[in-house]
Amino acid sequence: MATETLKPSATLASGPTPRNTTLGKVRTHPTQNEGLIFEKSSPGKRAVKLPPLDVPEADAERILGDSFRAEPAPLPEVSEIEIIRHFTRLSTWNYAIDLGMYPLGSCTMKYNPRVNEFIARIEGLAEAHPYQPESLAQGSLEVVSLLEQCLIEITGMDAITLQPAAGAHGEFTGILLVRAYHESRGNARRKVIVPDSAHGTNPATAAICGYEVQNLKSNALGMVDVAELERIVDEDTAALMLTNPSTIGVFESEIHKIADVLHAKGALLYMDGANMNALVGKARPGDFGVDVMHLNLHKTFSTPHGGGGPGSGPVACKAILEPFLPTPVLARKADGSFGWNFDRPQSVGRVRAFYGNYGMFLRALAYILANGPDGLRQTTEDAVLNANYIRASLEDLYELPYKTASMHEVVFSDRRQAQRGVKTGDIAKRIIDYGFHPFTVSFPMIVSGALMIEPTESESKEELDLFIAAMRAIASEVEETPELVKNAPHSTRVSRLDEATAARKPVLRWRPVE
Amino acid sequence: MRYLPKSPAERRAMLDRVGVTSADELFHVIPEEYRLRRDLAVPPQMGESEIIDHFRQAAAKNAVGYASFLGAGCYRHYRPVVIDSLVQRGEFLTSYTPYQAEITQGTLQAIFEFQTMICELTGMDVANASMYDGSTGAAESIMMATRITGRSHSVVASTVHPEYREVMSTYAQHQGLPSSTVGYDAKSGRINLDLLDAAITSDTACVLVQSPNFFGVVEDIPAIAAIAHAKGALLIVSIAEAISLGIVRPPVEADIVSMEAQSFGVALSYGGPYCGVIATKDRFIRQMPGRLVGETRDADGNRGFVLTLATREQHIRREKATSNICTNQALVALMATVYLTVYGKEGLRELARQNLAKADFAAKTLASQPGTRQLFATSPRFNEFVLFTEEAPATLNARLLDQKIIGGLDLSRWYPELGHATLWCATELNTRAQMEAAASTLACAPVEA
Amino acid sequence: MACPTHLRYTKEHEWIELDGNLGTVGITDYAQSTLGDIVFVDLPKVGDPVTANQTFGSVESVKAVSDLYSPVSGKVTEINAELATSPDKVNEDAYAAWMIKVELADTAQYNALLSAADYEAFIAEETGK
Repeated sequence: MATETLKPSATLASGPTPRNTTLGKVRTHPTQNEGLIFEKSSPGKRAVKLPPLDVPEADAERILGDSFRAEPAPLPEVSEIEIIRHFTRLSTWNYAIDLGMYPLGSCTMKYNPRVNEFIARIEGLAEAHPYQPESLAQGSLEVVSLLEQCLIEITGMDAITLQPAAGAHGEFTGILLVRAYHESRGNARRKVIVPDSAHGTNPATAAICGYEVQNLKSNALGMVDVAELERIVDEDTAALMLTNPSTIGVFESEIHKIADVLHAKGALLYMDGANMNALVGKARPGDFGVDVMHLNLHKTFSTPHGGGGPGSGPVACKAILEPFLPTPVLARKADGSFGWNFDRPQSVGRVRAFYGNYGMFLRALAYILANGPDGLRQTTEDAVLNANYIRASLEDLYELPYKTASMHEVVFSDRRQAQRGVKTGDIAKRIIDYGFHPFTVSFPMIVSGALMIEPTESESKEELDLFIAAMRAIASEVEETPELVKNAPHSTRVSRLDEATAARKPVLRWRPVE
Repeated sequence: MRYLPKSPAERRAMLDRVGVTSADELFHVIPEEYRLRRDLAVPPQMGESEIIDHFRQAAAKNAVGYASFLGAGCYRHYRPVVIDSLVQRGEFLTSYTPYQAEITQGTLQAIFEFQTMICELTGMDVANASMYDGSTGAAESIMMATRITGRSHSVVASTVHPEYREVMSTYAQHQGLPSSTVGYDAKSGRINLDLLDAAITSDTACVLVQSPNFFGVVEDIPAIAAIAHAKGALLIVSIAEAISLGIVRPPVEADIVSMEAQSFGVALSYGGPYCGVIATKDRFIRQMPGRLVGETRDADGNRGFVLTLATREQHIRREKATSNICTNQALVALMATVYLTVYGKEGLRELARQNLAKADFAAKTLASQPGTRQLFATSPRFNEFVLFTEEAPATLNARLLDQKIIGGLDLSRWYPELGHATLWCATELNTRAQMEAAASTLACAPVEA
Repeated sequence: MACPTHLRYTKEHEWIELDGNLGTVGITDYAQSTLGDIVFVDLPKVGDPVTANQTFGSVESVKAVSDLYSPVSGKVTEINAELATSPDKVNEDAYAAWMIKVELADTAQYNALLSAADYEAFIAEETGK
């Protein structure tokens, strides 16, 4: 079996950050080599012992006939200790919130409370089958009901569905509600307006819902140009998809005018709730004219990102859209018990089997209960304070393309550093050497060379100060030793990876060596 | 506020640096009329022990201590303890999508292993890093087939999970993609091949079947593929019970396999989070939705992994993307990867054999009671079967509940033509004693039925 | 970067070489260097019609997709199949790595395109240099 041997990294051995040197908050950290699990496989090794069968053996070949699988899939054959070591070693190659600040703008990488994981595994909840009789699922349904009430209150909306599995799925659901609403009035309309600062999911969503995407250029402040909006909104406009605060972390202060412009032409205001961490307990979208929005429980409500998912993307809406919510919706029966209502003739239909990513509902509710109204408000204030603290501490060294007041995230540009040939992506790689996860790079697109920093409320002053010191040190390095930044990272297990070859000649699975 | 790591003095110092006197001042850009000047009406802060009590009380109102014969897209299998110990490692749990490859090699390599295992199980060339679940994966597969073929129509078997079909219909209808449903053969419970052949037109992009289907019956994939391919349509095979791949022949004739991996070590959790995944042939990669991890080398020649072929995705191609999917089910895919590693080649085989044997015994035991019979009994099947009873499912299940048994799923909501039919599932966790108890309850049906 | 003078150019950074009524089309060296490592080239099929100033395909780098615009109208007579497996050829020599050959409907369209000098001036203006 081929075993991966790592050559000592030239940059580590001779580069500017030799081993065991403290840099910022970290020292270089040797990690163990580990091949693919398939490379550890050896016939006959096992990690499982099934209990003896308490019924007669069945003749599988007879029952399955031509559908019998002659050759088992060549899954790895390993023992339990090897499995534990394999995945534990892999885990040490990851950066994570649990290790330090993870200031990815737009992603709200906040602390994921451990009690959430605990309660999600309580047997009666974790083992509930979606088809078990409602009378035997009242506990699960109570959780749904309380979470729905809390989220409706937090957003200031009238109704909600928890069915969508992630933010983009929520967008899809929300735009379907918009479509169904317009259809019920005789015309689905043709286009959805999306600002140029929007997440890529917004135009992609509008397109898969059958809408033509009309781009709206931001004004000089990075905000919606209300005059331009007024010019392009017409009777063919189904909705505007707006992120508020916007992707540059700025609150659309003319939000009421935006809503009025849309509503005057019968169009609706969709809000991408990706940045809801800036608003919870301080302002409610339902109060400022939003008709429908999605939330990301994996952002604002602390459910873990898990390396890319699962998420959960509830969609809250005003009463005018309630009849169109996906089936089923939770209902309270005359006897006070909860049940699912499938009789929804105007519904857009189902967007997912069963009721959504229920395990995330448990975690989000646990988060809300742990905070209460005062904690939720303080959380939002701290998130905004942290972003502004970073802004105040770095704006002398990094260009701030939009001077408008920041909410929960701050967006700089690499304009000054680019003059030395160093781009935002290089600075991002260099901050890894200082022990941080990079900020979001090159997004939003309205900022050339964007550094989008969202610290969240979970960072202490100490961690923020370390981050600020690191960013300041990098700014000096850009002036003095730009190559050091351009070749970063220098402290990681692998150096920059050849993405071009990966895309040109894709190797997307392991194959045994012949 | 135990999650907030700041003392009042530290907040003060930070406010001073920012140049404001209170955090509330930072919200001045929000017009005053939209500021919330009251507490949110949510429950008051709870301590950790109170939170645990709250959810324990909820759990106690659910079914506890019941034997269950429910399957129908969500399968109760034993979850080895190592799964939760590994996926709860903070480095996996609290990491983001691995866009910064240098510091997310752990997640990337694990996904690469997941993709490989899915290929080995399904016989496909390539698998993605996951979709939300089996239902949305099926819907996305249809959209993928329309892009590949340039055709718009899809043909879906009525034996596909009804909720999957509802989701597919939601996705298709709003894009103006027509769809037709093909019924099943009343004797075999398999898709009716003559009706299938007749339903495929020159505009049919794909045929989508589930196997084992909603009745637990394994479809004749080679025959279905031949019919679809003869008319230039693709074949999509949806798999809801992934353990079946341990003993059921993989659908190698399919062009796209859309799978639900919940059975691989994922808790039922009242319907989610689960783990969809799409697998396909090499030549269709560019039309595949979702993230993909590929192998490459770093500047020093070391093996490493990166997200690749990202130009298919929404963050680059925006409205022209193959899908709007962004967040997927990565941690659940990791559970599946650990699960498949624990069971391995022989373990999965043995587990599948046990499931098949348990269901076979349960079917025979239940169907031998007076007034009951197994439908589609001569067709190949895995761990689910349909039982016909003279007694109405509602009354039958009520009697079973009295014995702390959750019986089969009443099919009348979706398949009224079957009459008093229930869908039963038996996995390795159903004991012989449970099956015999259910059978004896069936046997004492009230005479009036 | 010198632009070959026997070619004509578009403001979308395509070049075309004309031989009789047969045009050979690719992207300029400036375009390939701006895009970076090209990983995929999506081309039309032989026989497909193309229209001047309309897209006929796309080139992809690792993190970007750019549409390809046809300099002229006509019918595709040949595509450079080598690019399917070796898209890096475009980075190696953008003027050798042609993409499509087009039978022009109207050769007058060719004459209206930018000369090498015009194109160089255009790039200078674009990059602000």
